[in-house]
Amino acid sequence: MMFHTFAKIFTMKKLFIAFAVIAFAAGCSSGDSNEAVTSGSYDRTALLTGWADNIIIPAFTNYQAEVNALSEKTATYTTTPTTENLIALRASWLAAYKAYQYVGIHDIGKASELYLIESTNIFPTDAAGITANIASGNYVLTQPVQYAKQGFPALDFLINGLGTTDDAIVSFYTTNARATGYKKYVTDVVARIKTTADAIVADWNGGYRATYIANTTTSISGAVGQTTNNFIKNYEKDVRFPKLGVPAGLFSNGTTYPDKVEAFYKKDVSKELLLDAIKASQDFFNGKNFTTGAEGPGLKGYLDAVSAGGSTPLSGVINSKYAAAITAVNGLNNNLSQQITTDNTAAVNAYNAVQQVVIFTKVDMLNALHIPIDYVDGDGD
Amino acid sequence: MLHIRAYLNTYTHAATLAFFRLAFGLMMFFGIVRFMSYGWIDKFYIKPVFHFTYYGFSWVKPYGVFTYAAFIVCGLSALMVAVGYKYRLSIILFFLTFTYTELLDKTTYLNHYYFVSVISFAMIFLPANAYFSADAYKNPNKAFTQIPRWTTDILKLLLAIVYFYAGLAKLNTDWLINAMPLKIWLPGNADLPVIGPLLTKQWVAYTFSYAGAVYDLGIVFLLLYKRTRWLGFALVVIFHILTKILFPIGIFPYVMIVASLLFFSAGFHIKVLGYIAQLLKLPFNPSAEARIKVAANTPLYNFKIAFLAAFILLQLAFPFRYLFYPQELFWAEEGFRFSWRVMLMEKAGYAEFMVSDPVTGKGLTVDNSKFLTPFQEKQMSFQPDFILEYAHFLHDHYQAQGMHDPEVRVSSYVALNGRLSTLYIDPNVNLAKQDESFLHKTWILPFRDTIKGF
Repeated sequence: MMFHTFAKIFTMKKLFIAFAVIAFAAGCSSGDSNEAVTSGSYDRTALLTGWADNIIIPAFTNYQAEVNALSEKTATYTTTPTTENLIALRASWLAAYKAYQYVGIHDIGKASELYLIESTNIFPTDAAGITANIASGNYVLTQPVQYAKQGFPALDFLINGLGTTDDAIVSFYTTNARATGYKKYVTDVVARIKTTADAIVADWNGGYRATYIANTTTSISGAVGQTTNNFIKNYEKDVRFPKLGVPAGLFSNGTTYPDKVEAFYKKDVSKELLLDAIKASQDFFNGKNFTTGAEGPGLKGYLDAVSAGGSTPLSGVINSKYAAAITAVNGLNNNLSQQITTDNTAAVNAYNAVQQVVIFTKVDMLNALHIPIDYVDGDGD
Repeated sequence: MLHIRAYLNTYTHAATLAFFRLAFGLMMFFGIVRFMSYGWIDKFYIKPVFHFTYYGFSWVKPYGVFTYAAFIVCGLSALMVAVGYKYRLSIILFFLTFTYTELLDKTTYLNHYYFVSVISFAMIFLPANAYFSADAYKNPNKAFTQIPRWTTDILKLLLAIVYFYAGLAKLNTDWLINAMPLKIWLPGNADLPVIGPLLTKQWVAYTFSYAGAVYDLGIVFLLLYKRTRWLGFALVVIFHILTKILFPIGIFPYVMIVASLLFFSAGFHIKVLGYIAQLLKLPFNPSAEARIKVAANTPLYNFKIAFLAAFILLQLAFPFRYLFYPQELFWAEEGFRFSWRVMLMEKAGYAEFMVSDPVTGKGLTVDNSKFLTPFQEKQMSFQPDFILEYAHFLHDHYQAQGMHDPEVRVSSYVALNGRLSTLYIDPNVNLAKQDESFLHKTWILPFRDTIKGF
């Protein structure tokens, strides 16, 4: 009786094997005759290698170099606080800040582990908190509670916002009763930026590159999915939202916040930083080599490989949306804060153009590439 | 009529239904344990500040940590169903608690959860404890070897509806002409060993599309006939294992594989149950004297038959309700759920809400992550009833914050099966003033393409 059942199960197993063999044989035999119609396929290893070698590692290396320069200028300035050295420090601060716009996208590996974004570019900065930290001398910058009191926005306050003239600012580092505290704080903030940058570059140059490239799985935890999600998150949550949306009052019942723009104290670079971030995002989308500017493996190539959008290539649509966003932002005042105060309608219009990119990357692109959105892991049917 | 009478008086061995009861109960138990162990109760039902409810069921709410109690009762009653202990009570408890948890938030809607509710509802009326159960062991008066045939056939019919309707739904131009959405989905598994590289090929997407449709439409017939039954079962196993490998669909493949064993002859089920009894040293005698549970000709029994017949008719008709709506079903999703439309679409959207105060003229853009989990936001962004319910929530929320009868508008884009995204909801309509109903939602913008088929 039992034997009979087993015999049947055995037959089933044979059927299964037979089916698998037929399917496999069918696949192999017609595979070569199929003139490599690999529409839908994209070499994930090549994609990840391209991202790592052409974009991410060079961008972080460049950022590290700029941070090193910033670190040197900080040392010079704190040793000899003069207006001349302040101006030099300011220039290196801006250069490093601009370089940061190209690495803020890549919140993966060490960057994510060390909270690169949170500890480098939370704005508006907590000026009162910084002053209190300097007064007490009692702070540990690695604590999350200190995130809004460090990074480039904190430096912005410390080198651009302490007074209305350069002399007034320098006086905080010379004649002020807490001059030592101010010097130490600037040094600490820059040291923390540098420690993080150094650790990230070292990790990529160490074993992480290989780990990253090998992680070709298509699940949410795969490197392609994570990097793409970071790319979208960066543009939506770290560019569109804080740099333009919040200051222009889109999320606050019409109340504008001209004081919440990036680099508020420097005044005239908020548009430039926003443009850099949009360009960094577009360059990443196109797979543009950070050093040579040549296009390599990237999301654009991936979309084209799966013929996304059909007769209206999605990659073209997305690039036109980026172009429109850049044009709209270019039309604004260099000082976004001033733009919002004088003519917020233009800022809102620019925001709407910036927003269009989100729709086509987050909806159409993820859809076409079948990349799941982060943190959505319930069952499907 | 006479045929029906005669049919209702035919009998089958009770082992088939008992086998199904055991298998179903055990699978549900492990399904619930799995669900709890993933922390999904907290994540899906307790953490979110807002829940998307089914129309008419907004009164079904989670009760904080007590929501766990519902799941625990659900799991325990599934176990009781499996062993056939206080069967009627336990299957009712199971149906109620399971359906309660499903009604909490339609974000987590899955056709196979609905299937479980439908099956467990039908099982309330079936003598599934007549054989190989604690109830039958404790009270030999309740033990029978023969039960009315319809009590087993009804489950086969419900299963057949799922397959056949899922097959019908695949007969559309997106699925058959464009091989969508498989053309998008399959390459996502290109890193699988052996079959991975094949999955990127167009012809494979077409083969899978057609094979899937033919499988769904034909599998029940293969299972019905004795000569093709083992072939049918082999296909069931291959099909569901494949879907399990390719897509994240939880325990559903196993449920379907085991459910398809219903179609086997009673001899098979007797053997399996006998084997289990031997293994666990249960006091079970498969060759016990035959006892027939005679179909009673009481008004109550006849009412039960009529009621279940109506239930089946409803199951047959309900999936076609989409015919009453003017717009493309995949686009507007009016009549999409509860219709066995399984894995038919790759659809995603983006919805940004603007809330404004008509008195002050001020307004704001909503940061969805303040109110919704990423999962909820994803589901909301392409389903009109979600968008409407959320708009009403935003209206109430911002009114409580001091706005005067706020107006809620949405900028919403949706992409379907590889088409470029287009504007989805009329951006000029104040959704706060639109009511949910079974009527067509006129503010869904038209689909700029056609999909022909079921």
